[in-house]
Amino acid sequence: MSEPVVEVQHLRKEFDGTVAVADVSFCVRRGEIVGLLGPNGAGKTTTLQVLLGLTTHTSGTVRMFGKELRSHRVEILQRCNFSSAYAALPTNLRVWENLRLFARLYGVRDSAAKLGFLLEVFEIKHLKDKVTGHLSAGESTRVNLCKALCNDPELLLLDEPTASLDPDIADKVRRILRQIQREKGISMVYTSHNMREVEAVCDRVVFLHKGMVIAEGTPQQIIDRFRGSSLEEVFITVARSGDVLDGSGTDASSGISPG
Amino acid sequence: MSWTRISALALRYTLLYKRSVPRMIELFFWPTMDLLVWGYVTLYLQRLYATAQSPSAGMGTITFLLGAMIFWDILYRAQQGVTLSFLEDVWTRNLLNVFVAPIRIEEFILATYLVGTVRIGVTVVALTGLAWLLYQFNLLAMGFALIPLFVNLLLMGWAMGMITTGLIMRWGQAVEALAWGVPFLVQPLAAVFYPVDVLPRWVQPISHALPATHVFEGMRQVLAGGHFPTAHLLWAFGLNAAYLVVAAWWFRRMYERAREKGLLAKLGTQ
Repeated sequence: MSEPVVEVQHLRKEFDGTVAVADVSFCVRRGEIVGLLGPNGAGKTTTLQVLLGLTTHTSGTVRMFGKELRSHRVEILQRCNFSSAYAALPTNLRVWENLRLFARLYGVRDSAAKLGFLLEVFEIKHLKDKVTGHLSAGESTRVNLCKALCNDPELLLLDEPTASLDPDIADKVRRILRQIQREKGISMVYTSHNMREVEAVCDRVVFLHKGMVIAEGTPQQIIDRFRGSSLEEVFITVARSGDVLDGSGTDASSGISPG
Repeated sequence: MSWTRISALALRYTLLYKRSVPRMIELFFWPTMDLLVWGYVTLYLQRLYATAQSPSAGMGTITFLLGAMIFWDILYRAQQGVTLSFLEDVWTRNLLNVFVAPIRIEEFILATYLVGTVRIGVTVVALTGLAWLLYQFNLLAMGFALIPLFVNLLLMGWAMGMITTGLIMRWGQAVEALAWGVPFLVQPLAAVFYPVDVLPRWVQPISHALPATHVFEGMRQVLAGGHFPTAHLLWAFGLNAAYLVVAAWWFRRMYERAREKGLLAKLGTQ
């Protein structure tokens, strides 16, 4: 088994007494794509924010590349990158200016060649001189992904990267991500509300509910464990289970059992 | 025309004030600051008029005002350089991308200082040129004293920038108006357009506790007689050192609090 890139143990995060993440443990191995799934309020965004160093955790340990996140934040972030449907690049800059700026922030050498290659991979070379604010949602997403790959990250954190994309572009983006992951052996943490996408992209899924991990495994293992026919069906069942899953109980009526 | 629709819209804009303390404060803040500054300027001019020996006495006052206006702009732009750089990333929803990059908070602050300095350079060159062209006011006639006076304004502006950015980081866009409000809160106290002794006696110690006050007093000293304002500069440098330490502590504290409360992420996606 390859070494873990991310090791999260008993992560807990409280915001002024409100528990956002109660007790989450999981790991991401080298070259693996792990999906963080769960209904709204499950704690996936908070978990991702902790991994990105944007939010500090209340207790538990977060180790990335074998180092404690609290004390090695900058060093760790140098080896990661991030893309989100909810974070934009400066809209008043041209695409190329934006990418050069972030390549500089990440200390990328020979950034012109590197960025040129990425623009070609994502089929957006023609957008190079366009003002970022004038791009469509699909174009912006692909520019964001170029930024996210500019430093050859060993770990890529993707927050709903295909949200607001049409099925064709979303499919293209998924294929490119998969291809880059295979070629470069990048690890990815992926959140999405598109269950079919998660089934297609993720090697493993960590299912969160009310700040706890309720199941972990390959998409197929999760489907089998919850006796569903698809990840989407499992998701809906979990989301509608309300308080039934509190503690470690089993909902006999829906067949849900904590993993 | 529908009165119902007009009242619905009016209600919508009124409700904004009901739930926003900064908006309520703003209703009184700007007019009060304007009144204070122009009130003290009036008192100063009245005093000058009463004691004027010749019609040319007014010329000196105008020189003070022009110098003060250019100097004030340095302080204001230095503060804005820090605060607006942060706000630019909030407004363009780029804050997350910046703060998940491998940057140290000190690097972020130094970059904003740099931008602020460039902004000031551009503004000062333009204003100095215009003041000379339009009013034959030569700022450079102040000589070497200009440099330490400028530097002190820059330092105080940076300190104010860190304090306001810390406030915005902690309390979010609701207190965004502070980016413009804080310098103007300082303006009447810093005796920008009039000497400190125009202020009420009980306000004067507060005024003397501001580095900018010593810069403006120093500037008037140079413009009046050409003496190098050593005492004022020593006070300004000393106070600025203390202000910068406190501001840096405050900024780091607010940054850590923002991370603790998940506010950076919230601010970055608002």
